[in-house]
Amino acid sequence: MEQTVSYTLDSTLDTVDHAEEKATRIATELGFAEDEVMQISMAVREGAVNAVLHGNAYSPDKKVVLAFERTSEDLVITIRDQGKGIDLGNIPNPLAPENLLKTSGRGIFLMRSFMDVVEIRPSQTGTEVKLIKHVRGPSGGGKEGSQ
Amino acid sequence: MSMKLSTRQVDGVTIVDCSGRITLGEGSVTMRDTVRDLLAKGNKKIILNLAEVNYIDSSGIGELVSAFTTTKNQGGELKLLHLTKKVHDLLQITKLYTVFDVKDDEAAAVKAFK
Repeated sequence: MEQTVSYTLDSTLDTVDHAEEKATRIATELGFAEDEVMQISMAVREGAVNAVLHGNAYSPDKKVVLAFERTSEDLVITIRDQGKGIDLGNIPNPLAPENLLKTSGRGIFLMRSFMDVVEIRPSQTGTEVKLIKHVRGPSGGGKEGSQ
Repeated sequence: MSMKLSTRQVDGVTIVDCSGRITLGEGSVTMRDTVRDLLAKGNKKIILNLAEVNYIDSSGIGELVSAFTTTKNQGGELKLLHLTKKVHDLLQITKLYTVFDVKDDEAAAVKAFK
């Protein structure tokens, strides 16, 4: 993979599948372990679902921009939509007893569970989600890859 | 691989053998339609056999929750059978593992219905 690759995608369900496939391929090429590849691809899938459904609301006029950047220490994935911007103060905790049996609302929680860093930046012109996974060191000793 | 479902009856219990991916879109809709159809026909003892489900996303988790609550609300009972490690782990981190009645043995699962 080059240092950075970027894709501009339609607001469709196909985009969700494509985003997941690209994440799986790139994470595999970068040498992440199988379980980490699954975590990264699922986090990207959930981010893409949010961008397509909740951000762009399937609008054919709005695009999703998906970018993968390999830095010296991290895989940095950015997913940007052109929606109205998510209200960060209004995200229920899916683990709260009153929310456990809700049929939605777990996407951001799963992203946070699977990635080392998740940054969400809403604005009036869209939401940008940054997903970061640290690259393990050659010794493979833990998430940070070093002491 | 898309979602495939087939149903069979064992001692008055409907076992739904699921395979593929339960994800946003077709997979989730297939699951929802199948469970609703079963309930509409009076089949209220349901086991979802997830042995061949190799992937599930948050929408798929939502569909499992929906199937569980819909069945319960109609006086039925729904159990999950043979979770793969991926599905097991997802239900653990979402704290749903203890909400569902999860079984590892089909005969025991069938017997466990009241």
